[in-house]
Amino acid sequence: MIGERHVNLAVLAGLVIVPLWALWADEIFTITLTTRAVILALAAVGLNIALGIGGMVSFGHAVFFGLGGYAMGILAFHAQSYTPLQFGPLSLAGTKSMQVIWLVAMVTSALAAWVIGLLSLRTTGVYFIMITLAFGQMFFYFAISWGSYGGEDGLSIYVRNGFPGLNTLVPIQFFWLCLVALCVALVVQWRLRTSPFGLTLNAVRQTPQRVETVGLNPRKHKLVAFVISGAITGLAGALFADLNRFVSPTMFSWQLSGELIILIIIGGVGRLMGPVIGAAIFVALEHWLGGLTDFWHIWLGVILICIVLFGRGGVIGLLTGKEGPHV
Amino acid sequence: MSDTILATRNLQKSFGALKATDNVSIDLRAGEIHAIIGPNGAGKSTLIGQISGGLKSDAGQVHLMGRDVTALATEARAKAGLGRTFQISALAMEDTVLENVLLGAIGATGGGWRFLRGVSGDRDLNARAMEALARVGLAAAKDTRCADLSHGQRRQLEVAVALTLQPKAFVMDEPMAGLGAEGSKAMTGFLDGLRSEAPILLVEHDMDAVFALADRISVLVYGRIIASGNVDEIRASAEVREAYLGESV
Ligand SMILES: Nc1ncnc2c1ncn2[C@@H]1O[C@H](COP(=O)(O)OP(=O)(O)OP(=O)(O)O)[C@@H](O)[C@H]1O
Ligand SMILES: [Mg+2]
Repeated sequence: MIGERHVNLAVLAGLVIVPLWALWADEIFTITLTTRAVILALAAVGLNIALGIGGMVSFGHAVFFGLGGYAMGILAFHAQSYTPLQFGPLSLAGTKSMQVIWLVAMVTSALAAWVIGLLSLRTTGVYFIMITLAFGQMFFYFAISWGSYGGEDGLSIYVRNGFPGLNTLVPIQFFWLCLVALCVALVVQWRLRTSPFGLTLNAVRQTPQRVETVGLNPRKHKLVAFVISGAITGLAGALFADLNRFVSPTMFSWQLSGELIILIIIGGVGRLMGPVIGAAIFVALEHWLGGLTDFWHIWLGVILICIVLFGRGGVIGLLTGKEGPHV
Repeated sequence: MSDTILATRNLQKSFGALKATDNVSIDLRAGEIHAIIGPNGAGKSTLIGQISGGLKSDAGQVHLMGRDVTALATEARAKAGLGRTFQISALAMEDTVLENVLLGAIGATGGGWRFLRGVSGDRDLNARAMEALARVGLAAAKDTRCADLSHGQRRQLEVAVALTLQPKAFVMDEPMAGLGAEGSKAMTGFLDGLRSEAPILLVEHDMDAVFALADRISVLVYGRIIASGNVDEIRASAEVREAYLGESV
């Protein structure tokens, strides 16, 4: 069996080698696909903090992905149409600056996660899944009916937003930017997991009554984790919108929430690189199987069932021979 | 009494029509072991839950160090100085022994809100955790995953986590259950010494241990304290013999 550290390094190496090869071979589409995988991985890193460490099976993480997307869409839309963004009595200018967009995306998602967390963390298990799903649907239908930003048709942004010192229109440059964001998020996930906060959160998942009896508040820890989780997934949403130069209500869809859960399960729940491996496999399947059949989700389902039945630790579990981070 | 550390006043808890605890008033004084005995289903764990805060009481109060803590949540009672162990181990099974005690150390130092610095590099936390493990004899098993521990080791770990809190009072729910003769003896010896640090409210079925350790014994039957006294008084009580000891001694 392979050590988890080696698996992790191999995955990171792959994320550098594949786009470099694609650049050399002039396979621009491969760079775009890899970028897509990196961004989905980033979204899933966010979810992994809530789900993998904190045990919160959020079926509504598309809310944050969509909020990040719309933060980008709305700000860039006002910038490209030279119209002010009316915010109550406040009149703000749009922007094409990625840093500003990211900040707005993360803050908005964090706030939403805080409110949703406050309301839904009173519940656990199936009820938590259902209530987060309900929030997702709320945002989805709101986006559909929000005519000023394209409603069901979504919003197109003509030119990718800018980042100082980079030409983000060049696919490989945008890719590096996304990869750095992912690496930062992975470092955050890793530090978080090994910190007192992470150890506590990890215990909350397994035995909340114990956490209480040592004088720590399980629900507050979950809430903070949920907020951090939402902010990271929100950042991914902003990048995803920039990749496609398009936002639409599908970013809020329950299917997207479900896909994020699925790719974490495929990669390995709670594992550092679980989201990355899951996203890579997901995007590869989506591309190759999706080219062969419209019903590629069926095969995704088959893989998922096999993993749940035969390899509890996901792909990382299979490779390392360890079902969980500690086994 | 001024040296009363922990006291309950008329605690009551019903599950539907069943009165699990009924007007229970007990106290725990500095330096003592106060044992609660009683048949299965008598309400002992319910009482422990009410004292530690996991179960909301229907009526009555809990006082810790003279302060009414009835309205406080479990974590606030822990911070106020209550160290509880569970009858059914409530440990993080996927984690190592050390991580389980580290959780206690984190709670004791109020440090659940440190995000970026690794636990393994924190000398203070690790020192606290290792000390507690050493005291219950689990230091060598620190890297064992909790799920791989024997039943007896889990009981020891339960106690070790409570030790990290350095509480003002211990509330222990059957720390010797399933320990076997050897383990029971070792734990009895350990608790004997522990009482000088903080008094222990001890729920226990092991009568040898109770008679060896207890300064006072209260007998709980059908949710009510039917007798309270020192070891000799409880042994001699006809009512207790009939209600409880008759079936187990
Ligand atoms: N959550 C609950 N809901 C309903 N009934 C309960 C609940 N918890 C305990 N009971 C009942 O309350 C009574 C007291 O239970 P408790 O666990 O306090 O007994 P105990 O004295 O600790 O018994 P044991 O010696 O077996 O541990 C039992 O009849 C039990 O079935
Ligand atoms: Mg009990």
